[in-house]
This record gives sequence, C-alpha cells and structure tokens, in this order.
Amino acid sequence: MSSLVFDHVTYTYPGAGRPSLSDVTFTLEPGEFCLLAGLSGHGKSSLLRAACGLAPHFHGGRFAGTVKLAGLDTREHGPARLGALAGALFQDPESQLVMSSVRAELALALESRGHAATAVARGVEEVALALGIDHLLDRPTHTLSGGEQQRVALGAALAGRPPVLLLDEPTSQLDPVAGDELIGLLRRLNQEWDVTILLAEHRLERCLTAADRVLAMRDGRLANDGPPSQFLEWAAHAAPALQTPGAQLFSHTGLAPPPVGVKQARAVLRSRCLLSSESVSSPSPPAVLCVNMGNRRQGAPSLGPPAPPQGSPPTDAGGVGATNLAIPAVVSAPRSGAPPGRRWAVRRGSRGRPALRLRGVWHELHRGPAILRGVDLQLQPGETVALMGRNGAGKSTLLRHAAGLLAPTRGRIERGGRVALLLQNPGDYLIHERVAREASPAALARAGLTELAERHPRDLSGGERQRLALAIVTDGEDEPAVVALDEPTRGMDRDAKAQLADDLRARAARGEAVIVATHDPEFACVCAERAVLLADGRPIADGPIAELLAGGWYFATETARILSGADGALTPEQGAAALARWAAGAGSGTRAEEGRGREPTDALSPAAAGGPAWSAGR
Amino acid sequence: MNWLASKKNTYTRSLPPAFALPEPMNRALSLLYRPLASPLHATRAGVAALWGLALVTAALLLFHPLALIALALALLAAGWGAGVGRALASSLRMAAIWAIPIVLINVLVTREGLTVFARLGNLGPFGQGDLTVEALVYGAVIALKITVLVLATALCSLCIDPDALLRICRRLGFRSALTASLAVRMIPVLAADAQRIADAQRTRPDGAPGRRATGGARARVALIAAVLTGSLDRAMDVAATLELRGFATAPRAPRLSRPWSRHDLAFAASAAAILALALLARLGGAARFSAYPLVHAPVTPALLALCAALGLAILLPFADRRGIEP
Repeated sequence: MSSLVFDHVTYTYPGAGRPSLSDVTFTLEPGEFCLLAGLSGHGKSSLLRAACGLAPHFHGGRFAGTVKLAGLDTREHGPARLGALAGALFQDPESQLVMSSVRAELALALESRGHAATAVARGVEEVALALGIDHLLDRPTHTLSGGEQQRVALGAALAGRPPVLLLDEPTSQLDPVAGDELIGLLRRLNQEWDVTILLAEHRLERCLTAADRVLAMRDGRLANDGPPSQFLEWAAHAAPALQTPGAQLFSHTGLAPPPVGVKQARAVLRSRCLLSSESVSSPSPPAVLCVNMGNRRQGAPSLGPPAPPQGSPPTDAGGVGATNLAIPAVVSAPRSGAPPGRRWAVRRGSRGRPALRLRGVWHELHRGPAILRGVDLQLQPGETVALMGRNGAGKSTLLRHAAGLLAPTRGRIERGGRVALLLQNPGDYLIHERVAREASPAALARAGLTELAERHPRDLSGGERQRLALAIVTDGEDEPAVVALDEPTRGMDRDAKAQLADDLRARAARGEAVIVATHDPEFACVCAERAVLLADGRPIADGPIAELLAGGWYFATETARILSGADGALTPEQGAAALARWAAGAGSGTRAEEGRGREPTDALSPAAAGGPAWSAGR
Repeated sequence: MNWLASKKNTYTRSLPPAFALPEPMNRALSLLYRPLASPLHATRAGVAALWGLALVTAALLLFHPLALIALALALLAAGWGAGVGRALASSLRMAAIWAIPIVLINVLVTREGLTVFARLGNLGPFGQGDLTVEALVYGAVIALKITVLVLATALCSLCIDPDALLRICRRLGFRSALTASLAVRMIPVLAADAQRIADAQRTRPDGAPGRRATGGARARVALIAAVLTGSLDRAMDVAATLELRGFATAPRAPRLSRPWSRHDLAFAASAAAILALALLARLGGAARFSAYPLVHAPVTPALLALCAALGLAILLPFADRRGIEP
C-alpha cells in the first residue's frame, strides 16, 4: 500500500481568491525520503496540511480530489485519526509543545490514542533514546533551546511510531550544526526504521543528498517530480531560484550534470582534473587566497537565481576536460576593486570615527552564566559584518547591547549614532491596524510599501513584513549609524534573501554600518565583507568573510566546501571564476611551473598549491 | 573622537523601559514549577497535592494567631527545605496585596469591639466612626490566615509538577484537564511573547510615528493588544498540533502504576498528621481565639504543643534527602 497518494487535489483556503493547490497528483511509496521544494507561497505548507488532513478538516475551504494516507481517505477521516499514521512537524517548535515537561509532551500523543500505561512509558523511553533527548525528559519545555524544542516536537510526532513523517521547514530556526543534526536524524529514521518522509525546505543543499526524490511546487502545481539529479537539471532551466549553490557553480562553469551534494561535486571536479585528492584529506583549513578579481567584476555577488549558461549547453557527462570549460563571461567577485582582505585590514587599522565600538563588554546573569565575555568589536561606517555562531553563542545578546536594549555588566559601548535593531520576529513590531501607522510615508516609500499603506500589517506576506519592520526601525528623525539585524532570513526563500542583501548593501553604500547575526553562510557571504564568529560569548574569529567561511566545516558555503575554500571563493560566481583561472592556468602551464615540477593537474589543486606560494598572491 | 564623546551621552544610554513587562506578570512567572532536588519535588503529585490541601485545611480551621504564625514559619522553612525559599518569600509581597487592605477595611467597617483607639466622629450613613483594637486584631488574624494560604498554594505551585497533577485530573475529564494544562504551559510562552514585543517596541526610533503612538499607558494597551493578537495566531498552531495528537478522540488517560517512594509515604503521613492536629485543635479547643467584644487568645501549654507538633509534622519529611534527584 502506498504511504501517501494525492489524486488531482485542488484546495482553496476560505476567503482566498485562488487555490493554494491545483490539480496535484503524486504517490509516495513506503520508505521514500521526499523533498518538497518551491518558493514561499507556492503551496508547500498547504500540501503538507492536506496530507495530514488539517486541510480541509481544520482550516476549512474548498477541497477537490483525493488524498489517501496509508490507505485512509482524508475526507472521511479527521486529523485525529490520521495523526496516528503521519507525524507532523512545523516551523515553530514552541507552538507544537503543549505540555509543561518533555516527558509529558512525549506521552501525550500515546495517551491520547489510548495506549496502556506500560506502552506509554516504553514509547516515551524509546523515542527519547532514538532521538537522543533522554537527558531532557524531566526538563520543563519552556527552558529548552530552539534546537532542543525542535527535537522534542519531533519526538512527540514520532512517539506513536507513525509510518509517515511530514515536516515543514524544521531547520529554519536552527543553527547549521543543529540543522545538520536534524537532517541526519531524519535520514537515520528513514534508513533504519523505514519511515516515509516528506520534507519541505528552502535550503535544499542541506538535505538534497538525503532525498530519494524531489517534488517541486510552483503556483500550487506540481512542476516537477523526480530524483534529486533530475530535479537539479530541471531547476537549471525552469526554476533557477531553486538551484543549490553547487548546481549554480556547475551551471556557471557549464559542467553537467549538476551535483546533488558536495561529495558528488568534488568527484566530478576531480575526475576533470580540477581538484586533486589531496585537498579532500587536508586536515587544516586551506589558505585563503585574496585574488584581485576586480577587473573581471561586472556585478555583485548574488543569492538570486543564476542566469542559465548562455551559449553553453550542458556538456556530456564524461568528456569535458579542464581546458574546455564553458566559463560565462560574467563572473562576480568582491564588491570593490580591492581584495577583501586588504579592505578589511584598512578598515580595522583606520582611525576614523567608528559607528560602533564595544570595549570589553560582559553580560553576566544574576545567579547565572556569563553570556558575553569581554567582547571587543568595532564597526566602521559603511562596513558590513556577519555575526555567526551556534545558537546560544551570544549573537542576539551582543546585538541587544549594541542597540541599548541591554546594559553591559562590565565594559563600555560607544555608538557613533543611533543603532537600528531589527529583532528576529518582524511580526513583533506590528501593533497598529494599518501599515501607514507603523512608519512614516518616507520610510514606507523607501521600503516600497506605499501601495500597501492601508492594509493591515498582519495581512502582509513574510517578506513584506520583514521590509516593513526594517522600515520601522530605520525610520525617525536621524539616519541610523548602524543597522543591526538578528536572523533576518529565517524562513525566507532565495529571492527574498537576495532582495534583503541588496537592501543592506545599499545601506552600507550610504555609510551605514550593517551587522547581521545569521546562521546562513550563503546569505552572509553576499551581504557582508567581514565575519565575526562567536562562541561561548566571545569572538573566536574575526576577519574577511572569505577567510572565515572558506575555511570552515559548518560555517562554510557549499561552494567553499566543494572547492575546499580555495581562492576564498564563497559564491558560485566566485567559484566559477576560480575554476576558470585554474583551467586557464592548466592550459598555459604557468601554474605547473609555480608548482615546481608537479603534474599540471596537481598544480591546479588549491591544497597542492596552498601555503606561502599562494599567499604571496594577496 | 570628540564627536563620539559629544554624542556618547545621547547614544550610550539604555532605551527607556516604556514597554517593560508588568511586575505582577514577572512575579507570577517566578512561582512556576521547576524540577529541583528536594523531598517535596520527589513526591508523587497526588500525595504532594494532598499535603498542600492539608496545609490549607489547617489554615482554615485554626484561628489562634500563634498557631497561624507557627504555620507560616513552618511553611517558609519548608520552602527553604524544598529549595524554593527565595521564590516563596517573594510570594509574601503578593499576600501583602490582599492582607493590608483586609486589615484596613475591617478596622474601618467593623463596629464591634470595646477598646476604641481612634474616633472619627459621625460618618453619616455609616454611623459613628470608632476604630477598635479588636477589629484591628481580627483583621490582622484574617490577613495572617490569607498569608498562610498564599504560602501554602505558592509552595505547591513551585514544587508540584502541574503535568502530573493534571494527568490525574485527565482520568476524570480529559479535555478540561488538558485545557488547564495548556493554560499553565502558555503562561511562560505568552510572557516570552510579551517580552519580545516589548523589546521590539523599545527599538522604535524616537520621532517615528509608531513611537509617538506608544508612550506610557497607551504603550501598555498596545502591548497587551499585540500579545493577544499574537496569542490567537499561536492558538491556531496549538489547536492544529492538538488535532494531530488525537485530542479529538482521546479516551481516559491510563492509570500509571508506580511504587510508593519513601517521600510519598512521608508526605502522606505528614498530611494525615497535619489534618489530625488541626481537627483536634479545633474540636478540643486547644487553639481557642475570639476577637469580640474583647480579644481572647490564651497561650496554653496545649497550644504551644500544637504549634510544635504542627511544625514537626510539616518539616520532618524534608529531613530525609535520599533519592531526591529529579
């Protein structure tokens, strides 16, 4: 029996003008790991809600077609019955925890279904052990971190051992480490317990390797249905915004087929002599190469969809060598002509007025731990900084200190002007009945929201709310000296992120210092030129973003992981440029000479050529 | 640097707490259950609740101020024994909100008692405004009784797992008990929402339209409205989660069989002893007290023995610290 069957399903929410799902048909077989891709508002969440019976039983609306979950027709059985067959996990874990303690939370689903006391106790223990949350069993739910809450919510969904698991962007609020752990957990559930998984996710690069199949949604319709490699080939031409950075890198360089993950990408590059095997086992972060690519630059790095390769149809899978790469004419690079490392050094060494300066800032809780431990940080006007680190590292606390929401227990903060702080949830800013009452007409115009002035703020889309919230905090009589944003990209699709990155770059160009706390390295590398990595309340790394994100494992872009951080390439465009240089070097043989007698293919490898010889190129 | 120095005073101050959480909400949050290592925390919820009920009954049965003071002191000591002494002591402020008005109102409206300590003259329809010592003492005894009740309920709130307690109730009425459980769970969640929204409003710049509309009392109203609106959104998510967890088809919760621990037995015995002592004192007249027409509160050996016995009955279960880790 199939796990999930959608048969010509069309669903419209009450009061909505157009359907959220249009004629959707597909079948999921037991044990499949299926990824649901699509931009925001294109029907992913609606599909998941239809799969577990919430649509139409809970939400109402018009429903046509048939959904069968493990053989049960969702029109005939309500969510309570279907919930035993499909566990569901949505974005906000806090709204999915309904009991006060973790043990009671895990037990609730079993008790609700009439299990005997011994079965409840056993079920709780087993699911806790399976998910590694046994140490949390007696913790109150309101004291859990975001990652812990998400794990407990997953445990509650799995407590009845449902054969199907439906997940709606479960990693959107997690740091890269916790996100990867959750995806690993899902993969284990799928492989070891044969749980069928349907996972909606924006950051496809995080989970594509785990998936057997990808369903792509567009305007409520199923636009593509196939294995990950086929999905990426389809996305390259039909939906570039859904491409992973690795696929974009290959698209820019004209390589085919697009890689499903880092491992596959590296294998392809290695087979084409663009990467040596030495770079894989390199134990230390690769040397950062700050190569001046200013003369090749025609555009800023972008999170947006890449243009399909012009005049370079995908080559066959086997016969492309290093010297016949279809390198696009347009490749991007750091935003100014100077190498990012040098610009950063100039800024750090400059004696100009800082926009923000933290000197030995401590934040120590009364009868609790120290959240910040002697933080020294300085931002110059026009500088863009990404603040990264695990959940609980102190990023949000640091931003709150910067904006004056908190006062340091020790240390000193100097501000060169107002610090506009955008907190994590833009909805928290919206307390009026009309958009026009939230911010001045000028601020609304700058945010492109003038036409929405008469709307209720809560009727805006996620991206519009984010823009309105940013307009609110940057409004006022004086322009902010610093714009600080705390996790602004949670739940955003790639297009919305690109728009936000453009906005932040424009602010930096006007002289405002921008500091963004983010878990998203792909976003960080296009909106910031400097990165600060926080751990345990203090900066453990501070430097050009290429140095930080190219050399990390977790805090690294997919392009950097594919290329082992060589050339400091973070974005697919920069990676393509680096590959082009290597290919050109291999063609001319100049790099081989630099490699002091190595084979040309080895000399192309960043690891083989890393160290002082390359550093001299800075 | 000069420019920085000149602007420093303007920009290094903390933002105004226009949207700070109301103090009563913070106080209520400080009285929520947290698992700790104490004999009372280690006791099963049903027995601990019974023990709390015995304390409340004793407070209602006894009127002698000395007996009530003994109860209050024993409760505070029990709080320290349970590791929640500071939170329990802070609940005294909550008790004072009720106690002080009761004393004032009783002395102003009661016309009984013979010992007048102030004459307010003719108060028209309220008659002669003679304030008596007896009315003052009686008001103080009632206030003391309320203080003991607040301490007992606060101690229970801090030390008894509400989920476990409501689980017992779920055997009687699943949905009602689960709704109550949800309400308990949502208190810290809504408080966190309120704090977040308050922080967001504090970051609105001076001079911006939204900021002008949110000063002082209006700020509080806007904050409450925003929290309520947000809570409706959250309620929808919670309702959807409950649907999927089988709330609509839930049967009676199963009975959990769990062996009685030494702490279960100790607190059950303590509850029985407290109830017996209070009943004996009430029926036997060991804690006689009358306020009118003259205050009569004899301190007898029996009363002193009762106070000592009550203290021992309340505190002895806390002496055994074995097996209390959560």
